[in-house]
Amino acid sequence: MKRKIIAIIFLILGFNLSAQIDSSLLNPQYGSDPDKMNMDAVYQRPFLAGNSIAAIGGYVEADYQYMGTDGITDGHQFSIPRLTLFIASSAHRKLRFLSELEIENGGEELTIEFAAVDLLLHPLLNLRSGVIMNPIGAFNQNHDGPKWEFIKRPIAMTQLLPATWSNPGVGSYGKWTKSNFSFGYEYYLSHGFNSTIIDNSEARTFLPAAKADKTRFTETLNGKVMQTAKLAGRYKNFELGLSYMGGVYNNPVVDELSLENERKQHCYDIDFSFQTTDLQVVGEWVYIQVDVPETYNRQYGNSQTGGFLDIIYPFYKRPVFGFNDAVFNAALRFEYVDWNLQNFEETNEPIGDELTALVLGISFRPVQTAVFRINYRFQQEVDLFGNPPANTRGIEIGVASYF
Amino acid sequence: MNDQIRSSKTFIILLFLLIIAACSRIIPPTPEENSILDGPVGGLTNEENKIFLAGDIAFNDEVFTEETGLGPRFVANSCAACHAGDGKGHPFTSLIRFGQTEPLQTPDEKTGAPQLQNRALPGYEPESLPDGVPHMKLIAPAVTGLGFLAALTDLQILENEDPLDTNMDGISGVASRPNPADYFVQQSIHNSGGKAVGRFGKKAGAIDLLQQIATAYNQDMGVTSIYEPRDPSTGLLHSPEVDESTINDILFYIRTLKAPIPRNTENPDFIAGQQLFVSINCSACHTPSWTTPESDIAALSNKIFHPYTDLLLHDMGPELDDGATEGSAQTYEWRTPGLWGLGLSKNSQGGQHYLMHDGRAKSIEEAILMHGGEASNSKQAYTNLTNAEQAQILFFLESL
Repeated sequence: MKRKIIAIIFLILGFNLSAQIDSSLLNPQYGSDPDKMNMDAVYQRPFLAGNSIAAIGGYVEADYQYMGTDGITDGHQFSIPRLTLFIASSAHRKLRFLSELEIENGGEELTIEFAAVDLLLHPLLNLRSGVIMNPIGAFNQNHDGPKWEFIKRPIAMTQLLPATWSNPGVGSYGKWTKSNFSFGYEYYLSHGFNSTIIDNSEARTFLPAAKADKTRFTETLNGKVMQTAKLAGRYKNFELGLSYMGGVYNNPVVDELSLENERKQHCYDIDFSFQTTDLQVVGEWVYIQVDVPETYNRQYGNSQTGGFLDIIYPFYKRPVFGFNDAVFNAALRFEYVDWNLQNFEETNEPIGDELTALVLGISFRPVQTAVFRINYRFQQEVDLFGNPPANTRGIEIGVASYF
Repeated sequence: MNDQIRSSKTFIILLFLLIIAACSRIIPPTPEENSILDGPVGGLTNEENKIFLAGDIAFNDEVFTEETGLGPRFVANSCAACHAGDGKGHPFTSLIRFGQTEPLQTPDEKTGAPQLQNRALPGYEPESLPDGVPHMKLIAPAVTGLGFLAALTDLQILENEDPLDTNMDGISGVASRPNPADYFVQQSIHNSGGKAVGRFGKKAGAIDLLQQIATAYNQDMGVTSIYEPRDPSTGLLHSPEVDESTINDILFYIRTLKAPIPRNTENPDFIAGQQLFVSINCSACHTPSWTTPESDIAALSNKIFHPYTDLLLHDMGPELDDGATEGSAQTYEWRTPGLWGLGLSKNSQGGQHYLMHDGRAKSIEEAILMHGGEASNSKQAYTNLTNAEQAQILFFLESL
């Protein structure tokens, strides 16, 4: 099946070759439009500037890392974490299609991250259906590697929230803009999580465990709908987003037989970004509540929180090696994750299971759509019991580029 | 103004480059060997290292889920949940055992005995302790160095028995002689002319490590194997949920974990504390040193090691009598626990000591003062020491 899909992708690639190499399709002003918000990220990609019926684009990331934890290292590691293909078309100016197919870890996994048809009725009322990217937070929507100065995705966004979390669903979105102010909303009904979020080999409440279940693209076992909603506002270069995602995650009734109580998960997220010519600050924080049975295992916590803060400082903007708009950035990321906010019943002491990291980075953007990055990570992870932390440090070097 | 901006930019660039350059050791250093409990005994062959690694992964990384056989009733979902870093357990995963109040009594499994599975998968109800039933709460022990104890012969252990207290020191240790598990295979080390000696578990109710491992899978995680094929909460036969090779890998891993390495051994307080430990006769039960006989694992053969246990059962007095027992032990009898790794135990217990069988002691001194029965004289001798001498004993014990 995977081979067939890959074959189809390359067939489409062949048909759209001219679109791919047409430089007019590239939007050199990517990321600099102050009217654009995180909700627009899905269409804020280089290939979309063209007028062809169908266009193709994508991005690739390639990394090297040398990391170690308490003296133990896997040595030198090269990887291609993801190769992502975008295919878009507009049958009409008010009817457009976009898909995002991701091949992860050298072909180990092929995922439809986005494949939706948009019907544009009014700036405040547009309908979207298909495989939608649940708009929880900013990173889930705006996750393309070339947009970030850090090689690893924020841990809170991949280990608390499932980054690139998408589901079949339907909903609407809209945006209202006046002068320097923009306001947007999104609301979707979609398939959701399953019981693996509290029954997994991570030994913690782990929403990303549900990503392994590909049947969610064709059916949901509990027949329930998950809701995702986001409100966002932008004033000049400051954007603030508030989002929620929640629903029943388990399968309480099968063939009208009651198996267990209905249980829900709720995610609350706040994101913001701020940009001037000399500084960019991006942050996101999430709080997650999961209804975990009291009689189960407190190792699987009923509340979690975490987030990240990126500060990016472009310190060198001038032509380099013939790249006229080259920019060097210094970057700093702080990130924190607490997978379990509960206390031990036995001792009334707080449960550990926390991670704190600081990442320093320097990036070189020869053009806006490609980035070469070097990061150095300091990370401490405390186990469930709060024992002395595992110290991880190491260097990461990588490249990410749209094509 | 432009000059200021330029210089601040230069400063930031230099700061970043400096920080990255300062990371001359790209990865964090390896902790001192004597500061951690895990790791293999020295001298394993390449082949043995491979088995050790397989066992390490199964022991420390494998987490059971409903799909892979967890429960439906259980206490923990992995070996590492009870033995983080191969060390002592946290009260979160303490075990409750009940159903046996006399030596060699068979627990009534219909009541859920011998162990309470106090957690359950969603949709299931966990077990609850029958009203008023005597029970004991047990903190999981460290697993390091157990291969050395397993290598000893029964005759070596029996040499220290003194059931009639013939030397009149108030200490009368007896060997545990539990009923063996169905799958117990007698080895040459067990040839002592009677039932094999129990040496593992707080009451020395298990003869060998295979029994410990198979029972832990079954009673702690609700995972069945060819050795323990019955679901512990229903008693029904089940297909094996952990395969024999995994159990064998873990058995080898446990056998070949290194013995804890003491620290500060050159420190005068360590030396003084060690001498005081002997002089107040703590060493009568906490036997400092043993030598292994020939073993099928060369790295364990003829090795001197220092566990500070005699592996015998002792009357520890009414305060430590929970009214429940295992194997051939009386309810007031406990097997002398090894003291090796004692100072590191809080590193697997969340930075806090939980000592004695149920974790009731929050410090080493508290644990000393909770000794009773045969240990009363030594406890009294400890309380008679000066503060400085007591501190030396505590320093010695913290350094083990």
